[in-house]
Amino acid sequence: MFDAITRTLRRLGSRTVNTLWRMGVATRFFGLTLLHSGTAFRRPQLILKEIFSTGVLSLIIIVVSGLFVGMVLGLQGYQTLQTYGSEEALGILVALSLVRELGPVVAALLFASRAGSAITAEIGLMKATEQLAAMEMMAVDPVARVVAPKFWGAVISMPLLAAMFSAMGIFGGYLVGVVLIGVDEGSFWSQMQAAVDVREDVMNGVIKSVVFGVAVTIIALFEGYDAPPTAEGVSRATTRTVVTSSLAILALDFVLTAIMFRGV
Amino acid sequence: MVLKGINLSARQGQVIAIMGSSGCGKTTLLKLISGALKPTQGVLRVAGEDLVGLDQAGVYRLRRRLGMLFQFGALFTDMTVFDNVAFPLREHTDLPPDMVRDMVLLKLEAVGLRGAAELYPSELSGGMARRVALARSVALDPGLILYDEPFAGLDPIALGVIGDLIRRLTDTLGLTSLVVTHDVQESLKIVDYVYFISEGVIVAEGRPDELRASEIPYVHQFVHGEAEGPVSYHYPAPSYQADLGMGHV
Repeated sequence: MFDAITRTLRRLGSRTVNTLWRMGVATRFFGLTLLHSGTAFRRPQLILKEIFSTGVLSLIIIVVSGLFVGMVLGLQGYQTLQTYGSEEALGILVALSLVRELGPVVAALLFASRAGSAITAEIGLMKATEQLAAMEMMAVDPVARVVAPKFWGAVISMPLLAAMFSAMGIFGGYLVGVVLIGVDEGSFWSQMQAAVDVREDVMNGVIKSVVFGVAVTIIALFEGYDAPPTAEGVSRATTRTVVTSSLAILALDFVLTAIMFRGV
Repeated sequence: MVLKGINLSARQGQVIAIMGSSGCGKTTLLKLISGALKPTQGVLRVAGEDLVGLDQAGVYRLRRRLGMLFQFGALFTDMTVFDNVAFPLREHTDLPPDMVRDMVLLKLEAVGLRGAAELYPSELSGGMARRVALARSVALDPGLILYDEPFAGLDPIALGVIGDLIRRLTDTLGLTSLVVTHDVQESLKIVDYVYFISEGVIVAEGRPDELRASEIPYVHQFVHGEAEGPVSYHYPAPSYQADLGMGHV
C-alpha cells in the first residue's frame, strides 16, 4: 500500500519535472530562434520560400473549409434568427462569429494539421538523415538557416490565412442567406458594416491569429528539432505537434477572449 | 569515457585511415576533430588551432577549412545536386552567380557528375550521392577532409570509384584525408598510414603493408576478417549450461 503510493508520487514527480524541463528547453529554443533571425531577414527569399510552402499550399484547405463553415453558419443562423423575426441580422451573426472566433481558431487548427505537421516531419527527417549535422559541419547554423525562416514564414502566413478563412466564410454565409434563402441583401451587408468594429473585432481577430501562428509554429519546429532521429521518433513528434498545438490554440483562445472582450 | 590516451597525428597530403570494430570510438574521434565534442583532457590541434579553448564562433571559423563526408552523404533532399554543391559557396562567400556556377561545375566534373547537376538526391544511386557529397565537402577547398565510413553500403564498382576519388582529390588538391572505416581491403589499397583503435586506445599503427603482415592478434583478426580472436564472437553471457538449467557452474 505504502509502496504503491510512493511509486505513484515518484512517477508523478518525474513526469512533472520532465514536462517542466521540456518546456524550458522549448522556451530556450524559441529565444534562440528569435536571436538567430538576422540571416532570414537579410535574405528575404528564404522566408518567401517558406511562405509558399506553409501559406500558399495551405490555401485550398483554408478556402474550402471557410466556405463551408460560412454556409453552415448561414443555415443555422437563419433558423434561429427567423424565430425572432430578425433574419436581417444574419450578416452580423456570420461576420462576428467568423472574425472574432471561428476565423482565427479554425484556421489555426487547420494550419496546425496541414502546415505544422509538415514542418515537424521535414525538420525531424532532416535531423534523422544527418542533413542538419552536415549543415553544422559546413559552419552554417541550422537554427538560422532552416528554423528561423520557417518560423517567420509561418508566422506571416497564419494571419493571412485566417483573414482568407473569414472572408470566404462571410461569402459562404452570403451565398446561403441571401442567394439561396432570400434574406434582403441590403440589410445583410449594411447591418454587418454597422456592427463590426475594425479595432474591437477585426484587430482582435488578427491579434489572435498572430498569437496562434507563433504558438503552432514554435511547437512544430521544436518537436521536429527535438525528435529522436528514427522513423518512430519522427512519427510520434508529428502526432504530438498536432495534439499539443490544437490544445494550445483552444486554451490560448479562451485566455485571449477573456482579456479582449471583458467589456463587451 | 570513450577514448583514453589517443596519440594521433596527420601530415598534409596523406590519406590516414582509422580502423576498428563498431563502437570502438571512431565516430567520437571525428566529433572531437570537428569540434562537435570537447575533450575532457589532452591537446587537440587541428590546422594549428587548439580546439580545446575555442568558442562556438571559433569552431565555426575552423569548420570552414574542414570538409566532412557523412556516411550516407547527408545531401539536402530539397535541393538539386547543383544547389547542394553551391550551398557552402553561397553561404560563406559573396561570389557572383556565374562564378559560383563555374566553381560548382568544376567540382562536379572532378567527381564525374557534371551531367547530373539538375537531378535531385532521390534520383541518385548510393555511390553517386556520396560523390556529390564529396564534391560539396571540397567546395570551399578545405585543408582537411573527414570521411565517416565512406565505403559503407556500396557495390564493388562504386567502392572502387570512391576509394580512387579520395586518393586522387588528396593528391591533386594537396589536402589531408582522415578516413574512418572498417572496410579493410578497400582502404588498405589507398591509404598511406593506418591507426587501429580498440576500446578507446590505439592498438597498432603503421603502413598498409606492415599491417597486412602484422602478428598482433587483434590486427590479424581484423585484417583477415576472422570470427574468433581477441574479439569474441559471443556477447558476454553466463555459461550456456547454466542458462539452460543443466547442472551448476
